[in-house]
Amino acid sequence: MYRETIIDFEQGCKCLEAGVSELKRILEEETSETRIDPKQYLELYTTIYNMCIQKHPHDHSQRLYNKYHDIVEHYAKKTVLPCVQQKHDEYLLRELSRRWDHYKVFVNWLSHFFNYLERFFIPQRNYPSLLEVAMKSFRDRVYLEVQVNAKDVVIALIDKEREGAQIDRELVKNVLNVFVQSGMGTIEKYKEDFEMFLLEDTESYYARKASRWIQECSCPEYMIKSEESLRKEKERVIHYLHSSTECKLVEIVEKELLVSVAKHLLEKEHSGCSALLRDDKVDDLSRMYRLYHPIPKGLEPVADAFRIHVAREGNALIKQAQDAAANGSLVEAQVLVGKIIDLHEKYMVYVLDCFKNHTFFHKALKEAFKVFCNKKVGGSSSAELLANFCDSLLKKSGKSDEAIEATVDNVVKLLDYISDNDLFAEFYRKKLARRLLFDHHKVNKEHETIMITKIKRQQGGQYTSKMEGMVTDMQLAKEFQKGFKGSLTAKPGGIDLAVTVLNTGFWPSYKTSTDLNLPREMVECVEAFKSYYGTKTNQRKLRWLYSHGTCHVIGSFDPKPIELVLSTYQAVVLCLFNNTERLTYQEIIEQLNLSHEDLVRVLLSLSCAKYRILNKEPASKSISTTDVFEFNSKFTSTMRRIKVSIPPPPIDERKKVVEDVDQDRRYAIDACIVRIMKSRKVLPHQQLVSQCVEQLSRMFKPDIKMIKKRIEDLITRDYLERDAKNHHIFNYVA
Amino acid sequence: MDRIDHLFNQYANTSSNLIDPEGIEELCSNLEVPHTDIRILMLAWKMKAEKQGYFTQEEWRRGLKALRADTLSKLKKALPELEKEVRRQSNFADFYAYAFRYCLTEEKQKSIDIETICQLLDIVMGSTFRAQVDYFVEYLKIQNDYKVINMDQWMGFYRFCNEISFPEMTEYNPELAWPLVLDSFVEWISEKQA
Repeated sequence: MYRETIIDFEQGCKCLEAGVSELKRILEEETSETRIDPKQYLELYTTIYNMCIQKHPHDHSQRLYNKYHDIVEHYAKKTVLPCVQQKHDEYLLRELSRRWDHYKVFVNWLSHFFNYLERFFIPQRNYPSLLEVAMKSFRDRVYLEVQVNAKDVVIALIDKEREGAQIDRELVKNVLNVFVQSGMGTIEKYKEDFEMFLLEDTESYYARKASRWIQECSCPEYMIKSEESLRKEKERVIHYLHSSTECKLVEIVEKELLVSVAKHLLEKEHSGCSALLRDDKVDDLSRMYRLYHPIPKGLEPVADAFRIHVAREGNALIKQAQDAAANGSLVEAQVLVGKIIDLHEKYMVYVLDCFKNHTFFHKALKEAFKVFCNKKVGGSSSAELLANFCDSLLKKSGKSDEAIEATVDNVVKLLDYISDNDLFAEFYRKKLARRLLFDHHKVNKEHETIMITKIKRQQGGQYTSKMEGMVTDMQLAKEFQKGFKGSLTAKPGGIDLAVTVLNTGFWPSYKTSTDLNLPREMVECVEAFKSYYGTKTNQRKLRWLYSHGTCHVIGSFDPKPIELVLSTYQAVVLCLFNNTERLTYQEIIEQLNLSHEDLVRVLLSLSCAKYRILNKEPASKSISTTDVFEFNSKFTSTMRRIKVSIPPPPIDERKKVVEDVDQDRRYAIDACIVRIMKSRKVLPHQQLVSQCVEQLSRMFKPDIKMIKKRIEDLITRDYLERDAKNHHIFNYVA
Repeated sequence: MDRIDHLFNQYANTSSNLIDPEGIEELCSNLEVPHTDIRILMLAWKMKAEKQGYFTQEEWRRGLKALRADTLSKLKKALPELEKEVRRQSNFADFYAYAFRYCLTEEKQKSIDIETICQLLDIVMGSTFRAQVDYFVEYLKIQNDYKVINMDQWMGFYRFCNEISFPEMTEYNPELAWPLVLDSFVEWISEKQA
């Protein structure tokens, strides 16, 4: 309604105050009829509107703005505050919540009436908005007075809920909203006046729980309770706390329940990490991982406990084998590798499954194995045991490719844990040689190749180059043999000859036996092959290893002829009896030029063992230099072919391998030192040593004393010198 | 110079024109100095004598000229001064190394056998580092790792005496570049003391 008359300020205020009273009354009554009479609404709106657009000196915008401020102040101070202050505990919260809701409605209505101010006057003068003014008044008149009490009540309610009671979540949410809004656009009031105290309270609450639970509960029980507590706290945040509280709350709960008691919890005697691993409690271990994973550095103690447990199990296995070996039984040592592999598989499952393939646990497993995989059992190093294991594995027939592959994968993993890699390579090579040369009918070439390939993948080509060379040699030898056979017009000496040529660089070193006096027929064989070889190759020298050859000989015994499978040495001894029935030991050794040790072994196998091809006088169980031997023409057997085995010479193979490897290591250390010094020119002792250790670590763990010795040796050989000023520093001598 | 040569001829072997071991022994008795005394070694050092047990004419001239001695009595009087000079910090290390080289008799020889080393240590270091020498000599005699000692190890012992307090040996660190033989020596002493 458009008026012509000017509205006086006092007049307008009267109207306004009437309206405000009406608003208050409506709010107080709290009926569903929270509506103003439209006529009154319009009148108020128009009054204010007119008062604002009236021309000077009747434009009352400023005074109206101030009046608005007074109205809200008054309402807050005189109505809202007293009502709230009268109440306590949960009633306090209810009243606060209620009054807060009313206030918001009140302010909303007023904003309609004062709309003209909001749209034109306030922006013009850049004044705080009506809402801002209202909020500020609420904060200053009400919030500041009651927030401490409200906060205490809320926290008490939360603790009650934690103990299992039901609380009015909506109420709390609404009350906390007051805190948030009182921050006037920032979260500061909520944080300072509420959150800080909540966190403190939470800390002491869970600290108490932790100390009680850790005494009363087993590890799995404790973890379940912790998991539950965390879940509930997160739920709490969703329902009535501000979202920014979540991470702080979770951190505190984790700290009190999990971090501070970690050691105690994990090491609990019958239910801690170790026991859980022992009893295969997959669920509990998974829970442990879930709980500790989000905590920074939380997983370290768990991984540690895992490592300690695995190391303990491994050490127990080792000790078992060591004790058995001390008592003379070597069986334990032989099955040890298999047991270690099983142990590895068992705990790898945990790493992949419960511990979700986490690097800490892979590392813990590796470190645990490194601890016990390098212990000696009954004089054998782990490198030797592993090589023996591979030997047995590859000699077994009837295993599928997949089975071999799986076992080989495990072997290669164990190899990674052993620090003396070069020792393994040497033992493996020796055993491989024996397999290839003496058991070639049993050798499965695919399996051998699988093993070497997998080792190569992990250790590098140089590590396996000799082994590969050996396997290739056998292949090449077969082909070469075909060519040789094809080239012959007649059998040399009437004998079927097969020769395997070994490349010296690849194979272990064997003593040659070229001094041996072969029978004429065999000499013809050797010559035939030598000349053929000479046509096919350039300037190569052949060294004959008669000690490693086999011979098939037909023994013409009176009952029936029998084919004898012999070593070349055995065959050569027997061939002497082609010319005469009886020979003395002396005659034999002079004619053949064998060493005493070798001859004794041969004669034992032929005259004192399972098959009596020769008769011996006297018929004792050992060979003496005065014995006389006679061809046993009466010998017979049900079989048509017999292998007369000869025990291998009793060289201490292990000792030789260790010596060879030691020698190689000395060269390796020398080369390493020179290499380092050549590039660095000047280097202090300790750095030289540590770099040397690092560079060689792939192959073996060098003994510090040995490195020192090599350095001194290199000084004597003028590769290095001590610095004149500081004798703990070395200079390279070009 | 004539008098120096004249003195030389008194001790030299006429056919080889060198003072040989016999001549040196005579010289020692005339100087009233024991044959194995360190001062003879010092004299050799001053002469830069190359071969143990022999002085060439050139070496003789060099030494006596430097000592400003052309008679036996002047030579005798010069000895204490010579000793002082050698024992000076700046010279002693050089003398010590010289003593080792002097004992190398064969052309390609680089090490000296244990027994000789023990004697040499006694002569060269006995008066200044009695305790260390006694212990080290005892150790060398009972150990089996080393049959000879080389120059580096020899010098190492000198540094050991100068840098490490004895018998506490608290400053000794086997992780540094001390020769291995000294590491073992220190270990042996520690075990003895325990």
